[in-house]
Amino acid sequence: MGEVLVLVDHVDGAVRKTTTELLTIARRLGEPAAVVLGAGADAAAATLGAYGATKIYAVDAPELAEFLVAPKAEALAAIAEKASPSAILVTSSAEGKEIAARVAVRLGSGIITDAVDVDASGAATQSAFAASYIVTAKVTTGTPVITVKPNSAAPEEAAASPTVEQVAVTFSEAATKARITEVAPRAKSGRPELTEAAIVVSGGRGVGAAEGFGVIEALADSLGAAVGASRAATDAGWYPHAFQVGQTGKTVSPQLYIANGISGAIQHRAGMQTSKTIVAVNKDAEAPIFELADYGVVGDLFAVVPQLTDEVAKRKG
Amino acid sequence: MKIVVLVKHVPDAASDRGFAADHTTDRAAVEGRLSELDEYAVEQALQVVANAGEGEITYLTMGPEAAADALRKALSMGGDAGVHVVDDALHGSDALATSLVLAAAIERLSPDLVICGMASTDGTMSVVPAMLSERLGLPGLTMAASLTLEGGQVTIRRDGDDASTTVTAPLPALVSVTDQTGEARYPSFKGIMAAKKKPVETLTLADLGIEPAQVGLGAAWSAVETVTKRPPRQAGTVVTDEGDGGTKLAEFLATNKFI
Ligand SMILES: Cc1cc2nc3c(=O)[nH]c(=O)nc-3n(C[C@H](O)[C@H](O)[C@H](O)COP(=O)(O)OP(=O)(O)OC[C@H]3O[C@@H](n4cnc5c(N)ncnc54)[C@H](O)[C@@H]3O)c2cc1C
Ligand SMILES: Nc1ncnc2c1ncn2[C@@H]1O[C@H](COP(=O)(O)O)[C@@H](O)[C@H]1O
Repeated sequence: MGEVLVLVDHVDGAVRKTTTELLTIARRLGEPAAVVLGAGADAAAATLGAYGATKIYAVDAPELAEFLVAPKAEALAAIAEKASPSAILVTSSAEGKEIAARVAVRLGSGIITDAVDVDASGAATQSAFAASYIVTAKVTTGTPVITVKPNSAAPEEAAASPTVEQVAVTFSEAATKARITEVAPRAKSGRPELTEAAIVVSGGRGVGAAEGFGVIEALADSLGAAVGASRAATDAGWYPHAFQVGQTGKTVSPQLYIANGISGAIQHRAGMQTSKTIVAVNKDAEAPIFELADYGVVGDLFAVVPQLTDEVAKRKG
Repeated sequence: MKIVVLVKHVPDAASDRGFAADHTTDRAAVEGRLSELDEYAVEQALQVVANAGEGEITYLTMGPEAAADALRKALSMGGDAGVHVVDDALHGSDALATSLVLAAAIERLSPDLVICGMASTDGTMSVVPAMLSERLGLPGLTMAASLTLEGGQVTIRRDGDDASTTVTAPLPALVSVTDQTGEARYPSFKGIMAAKKKPVETLTLADLGIEPAQVGLGAAWSAVETVTKRPPRQAGTVVTDEGDGGTKLAEFLATNKFI
């Protein structure tokens, strides 16, 4: 079995859960080898080893932080050329997909994006047309480059003791032109990551105003959930775009999705339709969201949601 | 200044989209339209030209005959000309082949700025702009939530999960824009009439010096093996709130072990 490269999603060596999912999937395909770009490879080693990474390739160069995406792709492609892996797995985020796209061009390899599962034969499962179809596909040429959505596998530990190999990469002129001139970090909410959360509580136009999200957040906190929003709510500036669920926002697939004041437009459904259990609160009995809901309440969210929050608090004691 | 805007003709998301027998997107059964996410690219190009006081906009599409409609729609919003790459050998092309063809067509036009949508609404891969940037050696400023041009430099704001980032590059450059850039204009009646007279050039693979064997379903580097319609979700229980909606909901959550 060959090496399977897993691009590590991390902040200064703090490994994101999505990476432990990728390592778990990589073990079906071969020997997982982690690729850490930027500082923090040594700090990441313990977690990566715990989930089965037998080797760590590390590239730390100022260009990775100074320029947008392209240097990361060149670094990953350079490692792939050296390691000749049997597959490359990357998290399906905006940046991950772009890295994968560039690497596929560089290596002359086929690419599959947004996989929700990958089996031992390398066949990937995807959702198509706003999750109304399930597709399986396989890369037929080159080193399969596959981007995998968060929550696509339950992380399983498999202890290994990886060694860290530093790799030097020379970046092309083309990759060092789109310069990052300013980074404004976003305040952390303290809630679970939207794409990784077991429960998501979302608000839409029915929430009415930014202040209205108070009741949504209160319910989310009572359940230990992440907060999401429809585009109507993010466009109105009531909630940050980073929390938008749907075609041009995040795809979520939690155990429980609670949609409040959301009608259920096709572009919103595209991002939440595969949730295990769906609950909807909407004052319009005709709202299409009820067609998806396992449980729906026709009513005013400002009455129903706070009552639910109180009840959850009571039951949790 | 020369701007090329990439526009794709896609099956309307509001209809019942599906796959053809060969597992490619069924582009015949469903009404097509200019991808909504490319309308934002058209709008940004029009604003760049308006702000600069000069500039020429060419729309580029690759797709079957009907894709010409996407060019006309874009031209009715504004801009100058269209280029349509159409060739039977293109049927079933994957993103790698699509980007190969589009890159060749862009090279012929040698623009200062290329603007793409953030994703096509049918394939939703979001990879073509990055592939084009890679193939053309142009700086790629992707997923722009805003876009400005000044002194031969293009600057974007990109809203990531952890931070909002400002990115700058010299022209020529490639940008992809999100639906955060601002609503696209509606074509005016005058615009629709004017669009009919704007030139649209048709190109074949031979015009671009690309062999038919390099593209299409046969040359795709990934293959769809199965397509299955997802079973519709089972209709659940819907209750009307009579002062106890929240309590009932809590019972449902408790029964299902969420609390
Ligand atoms: C290219 C494209 C991409 C898009 N991408 C996305 C995307 O990523 N995500 C997304 O969400 N949308 C997206 N959209 C927009 C989508 O089409 C809908 O416009 C949007 O989802 C509507 O949001 P909403 O359900 O909150 O608002 P509405 O459709 O206006 O629905 C509001 C609902 O709230 C209910 N309501 C009102 N007041 C109350 C109350 N007090 N209590 C209970 N219920 C109440 C109403 O009955 C109504 O059903 C996209 C559209 C396009 C064209
Ligand atoms: N066939 C095509 N013709 C013209 N532009 C395209 C085509 N395919 C993709 N694009 C452009 O690339 C963007 C991203 O597409 P995709 O990578 O397919 O999601 C789209 O928004 C378009 O701007």
